[in-house]
Amino acid sequence: MSQATQDELARVVREHAGRLAASLVSLIGDFPAAEDLVQDAIEAALSHWPNEGIPSNPDGWLYTVARRRGLDVLRRNARHRDKLAIAAWPPRPESDDRLRLIFTCCHPALPRSAQIALTLRVVCGLTTAQIAKAFLIPETTVAQRITRAKRKISDAGIPYRVPDADEWGARLSEVLTVVYLLFNEAYLPSTPQPAGDNLAEDADFLATLLSGLMPAEPEVLGLLALIRLHRARAAARFTAHGEIIQLPHQDRALWDHDAIAEATRLLAKAAGLRRPGPYQLQAAIVAVHAEAPSFADTDWQQIVLLYTMLDGLNPSPVTKLHRAIALRYVVGPEEALSEVDLLGGVLDGYHLWHATRAELLRDLGHGERAREADERALRLTANPAEQSLLRQRISWA
Amino acid sequence: MKYVLMFADTEQYAADLATMDEAERERAYARVRQWFADNAGRIRGHVHLMPPHSATTVRLDRGEPVVTDGPFVEGKEVISGFAEIDVADLDEALRLVKTWPACPVVEIRPVAG
Repeated sequence: MSQATQDELARVVREHAGRLAASLVSLIGDFPAAEDLVQDAIEAALSHWPNEGIPSNPDGWLYTVARRRGLDVLRRNARHRDKLAIAAWPPRPESDDRLRLIFTCCHPALPRSAQIALTLRVVCGLTTAQIAKAFLIPETTVAQRITRAKRKISDAGIPYRVPDADEWGARLSEVLTVVYLLFNEAYLPSTPQPAGDNLAEDADFLATLLSGLMPAEPEVLGLLALIRLHRARAAARFTAHGEIIQLPHQDRALWDHDAIAEATRLLAKAAGLRRPGPYQLQAAIVAVHAEAPSFADTDWQQIVLLYTMLDGLNPSPVTKLHRAIALRYVVGPEEALSEVDLLGGVLDGYHLWHATRAELLRDLGHGERAREADERALRLTANPAEQSLLRQRISWA
Repeated sequence: MKYVLMFADTEQYAADLATMDEAERERAYARVRQWFADNAGRIRGHVHLMPPHSATTVRLDRGEPVVTDGPFVEGKEVISGFAEIDVADLDEALRLVKTWPACPVVEIRPVAG
């Protein structure tokens, strides 16, 4: 199967799996049972469609398979079975129930790893095998997380609904964290990643879906803008050999400037809603970089200001580290280094802290100490592209 | 759905309580009584336990029953009471528990069957 066919297949499944899951959960009122049926239908599609072609109405095809399977496996559960027997497709074409689905998958009573696996499987239609491959973990681990999460949903009485106003903020931020972590894994995996950009595609899909379902939530738009801005620069981030090209050395002509403009418009729309938040601020930082004609022409003052706001909203040593990196271009490496050194206590186990120190020390002419810091950083990252970059610096120093 | 709320005290909470003067402690108890009164419609019953020094544990998996002093888990968090509630779902239970005015840890467990 060609890459193009595979991408098309993934796109069609993503578009329809969540809708089918949402409809079936509403229909039979049992999340785990409905999810099993959808998963069976997706497995069937993945084995039939590559040979037979993608049908003209993929949702109807998936529904027919799920329904047939449901009538068979739900034999013993007369109540579920009867509901399925009289159902017609499409059930309620005007409504999109996927919001309920997402909030259930990202319920705070589920562990984070299960929220991520469940969202990918239920909302994006990934199979257990695909999730295992994307995260480089054994398939049995993923299967176990899914099974436990589904058991918890039924046994603990996790409701299938959109949260009420009083819990909306906390629950929405839970959902956004799941999408954000998913994107981080895709954008800068902590472990070597097989070829393909599918997780980034899934994160983009989820953020797009959420922004369609919640157009008045500025942080949803901010997260979507953040993902789009990062993806717009993806072509310039690696050499042909998979080595990282750092921002100062990236060929900005390779950036997708239309996508950057589009994402910036999204961000402006979010800002118009006048409720700033960490995703909007992060996207704004990336936008300042993306709009700079060259590294030297970057508006560093603006970046320092945005990091200061971000740290004010969500105090974090990593944000302070990034602020210090930007500070180097506003006030120079010496002051930046003293800011960075203040964070040593909490960030001693973080490879970027050591890598940043190495760069600043090198700027200040302390080659030997820079080299030591690079070596510490190298021991602390599992990402092959980052390792290779650090190795190069060590051998040049 | 029926759930049991298991209330747990921490050493810090016990210490805080011990340093309160009579009036403060009475206010703390009043807040708890108020919470039970406010949620009376959803609470089917509740008990407050004596402190863990009063616990006795019997183990029946070692041939003869073995009786020991103290709770079965020696931990920093000790169960201090139970309440059984009847609510629509976990979200309603969570909403209820988030307003609990006393001890710092509450476990929510569905009742089987």
